[in-house]
This record gives sequence, structure tokens and C-alpha cells, in this order.
Amino acid sequence: MHSFGFRANALLTFSVTILALICAMASLSDNLNSPSPSAHVQVSNINRFQKSKGNDEVSMTLNVSANLQSLFTWNTKQVYCLTNSYAFVFLAAEYESPKNSLNQVSLWDAIIPSKEQAQFLIQTKNKYRFTDQGSNLRGKEYNLTLHWHVMPKTGKMFADKIVMTGFRLPEEYR
Amino acid sequence: MGWIGEAVDSVKSLRIRQVLSQAVSLGMIVTSALIIWKGLMCVTGSESPVVVVLSGSMEPGFKRGDILFLHMSKDPIRAGEIVVFNVDVHERQDTEDVDVLTKGTAVVCPILELVYLSDIFLQHISRRDTFYPSEVRIGMKPNLKEMKPKKTTGDNNMGDDRPLYAHSQLWLQRHHIMGRAVGFLPYVGWVTIIMTEKPIIKYLLIGALGLLVITSKE
Repeated sequence: MHSFGFRANALLTFSVTILALICAMASLSDNLNSPSPSAHVQVSNINRFQKSKGNDEVSMTLNVSANLQSLFTWNTKQVYCLTNSYAFVFLAAEYESPKNSLNQVSLWDAIIPSKEQAQFLIQTKNKYRFTDQGSNLRGKEYNLTLHWHVMPKTGKMFADKIVMTGFRLPEEYR
Repeated sequence: MGWIGEAVDSVKSLRIRQVLSQAVSLGMIVTSALIIWKGLMCVTGSESPVVVVLSGSMEPGFKRGDILFLHMSKDPIRAGEIVVFNVDVHERQDTEDVDVLTKGTAVVCPILELVYLSDIFLQHISRRDTFYPSEVRIGMKPNLKEMKPKKTTGDNNMGDDRPLYAHSQLWLQRHHIMGRAVGFLPYVGWVTIIMTEKPIIKYLLIGALGLLVITSKE
């Protein structure tokens, strides 16, 4: 009953249980944090708007300012944030090949490793190509969305977004 | 003479009972593990609800040996989500899991849900020389550090640079995607990695446990 093996087994079981409990509590404690992040994205310039190989391509300069500090808790390892654009494309020509009802293009992203770096203001060109499958972008209205993905040290991952509407691409290529 | 035979019989029956109860308890352990796994599959809707991260290409977010919990719902996959998917493997029957941070273009069609894989993605996976499931970032600029062939361990090294996946695959369809990552647990997956890499440890462990089960009195 009181052999070495039994004691080792009991100790191991107990420590694993406690560890699992602590992990669960750390993850649950994230729910107590009610974050109030703020973000603002502006398109300061359309650098280039052309048709290349039959597809519209846009190069723009973005001003991204955000304060995501409230997302960080003691169980947060990093926050991944991503700006993308939803360009809603409704096409009337039903007889053509099947078209997309929703296009999503990633424009910029970053990994925020610490709370100190979670408040930032940067001016950047779109990191990833903003292209359409076809040439439907002229005069198109689009949204810019800042997504973030909270990667915890352990437990549940959180994701949320802020949507900014009312952007419009120019009517002419430039 | 009669009482000796009785004693032997009682010992024998005791033995048989013990063996039977041990077999039953062992069976209980195995079946309950199976029940939990299948139950998780039902709850999460993912064919593989728990996966181990096997490469370091999602660092510093996910490291090798971490565990991801997956969930699969009917919602369309959007850019920015972390998904785990299988890709069609070139010249191989089985498929490999790949973790992805979906960047790039996500196109949601009314009929099919597709995520577009950029050229860079294909470049990335065709240069890999390891059979490990790997995380790739769709539509990312080629990261020189990531592009270098990683040193492989165990018997997974291919030796040549034969592309792993079908070059024609530009799209991820719904059936490729195993689920989106919803939970995270660090380091636990090392157990699996060590056991896959060093099978001798696995056999030693199984042998020791079996011996323990056989010899234990209780």
C-alpha cells in the first residue's frame, strides 16, 4: 500500500490535477477582463490603382492607430492584429461564371508581443496585395476591419474586430 | 487429499477473477478514452478536435509541442482565423495536417467556401523538406528564416526536395479544413512528439505499464 510506486503515482496525479486546475482558472480569469480597445484606420493616399493581368490592383497608404492595451491580461502571450478589407461585390450578370458574394483581402498585420507595444500609430503601405479577381474595383465601396486574435499563455483564445465603413475606391485608374 | 484440491481450485479461481477484473479495468480505460475522443468529435464537429503543433513556423504564438483545440462550425472561414487543414499530398496517399494563419485573400462564394492560397504559400510548402505538419501564413511575404529547409529529426527526412503537395492546389475547400483553433495548451504535446520520434520510449512505457498492471495486487 505504501510502496514507492504508489506514492509516486499519487504525487504525480495530484500535481497534474493541480496544474490542470490552475490552467483552467487562468483561462477563466480572462473572462473577468472586459476590454475596451479602440482603433482607427484611415486611407491617407491611393498610391496606385491599375489593372494588371486583367485584375484590378490597388496600392494604398494606411494610417493605423489603435490602443489594444486593455486586451492584455496576465494570461496573454501576444495579440495578433490584422487589417483587412471587405469589398462587397454584387454582380448583376448572373449568366457569367459563378462570382463571389464576399471578398476579403488582408492588407496589413502585426504581432503585438507586449502591453507596452499595444498602443501604436503607424503609417504603412498595404503589406499584402489588394487585388480583385477581375476588374470590379472602380468606384467600389469597401469596409476596413481591424481584427485581433488574443493568444493566451494557456486556455481559450479570443478574437474580435472593429469595422470601419464608408470607404470608396476612385472611379478611374491612376 | 480433498482439501488440497479445493485450495488449489480456490487459488485458481481467484487468479482467474483477478485477471478478468484487470482485463475489464484495462478495457474500461481504453474505451473511455475512445468515448471521450469520439464525444469531442461530435461536440466540436471537427474530425480531429485536438492537434499537436509539430513545427515552429507559427512562433512565437504556437511553439512545437503545444496543443491546439479545434472547433468546426458552419460559419465561413474568414481571413485572420487560425485554421488547421489537410492539403492534397503529392505522390502520397495520406495527408498531412497544416496549421495556418489565414492571411491573404479569403473568397466566400455562395456555393463553395474557398480560401485562396497564394503563390508564396505554394513556394513555401514546396520547399519544405520535412513531413511534419507545418504552419504557413497564406499570402505572406517570403520569410527567409522560414524558407530555409528545416533540419529534420527521426525518420521523417525525405532526403530530396520533392514537393509534398500537388502543385495545382490553389484553393482550400471546406473538406480540407479540419477546424479553427479555439483553445491552447502549452508543452503537453511533447509527450506525443517524443513518442513518435523515439518509438523505443513508447515501447518501454507501454511495457512498464503492462508489467505494472500484471504484477499489481490491487
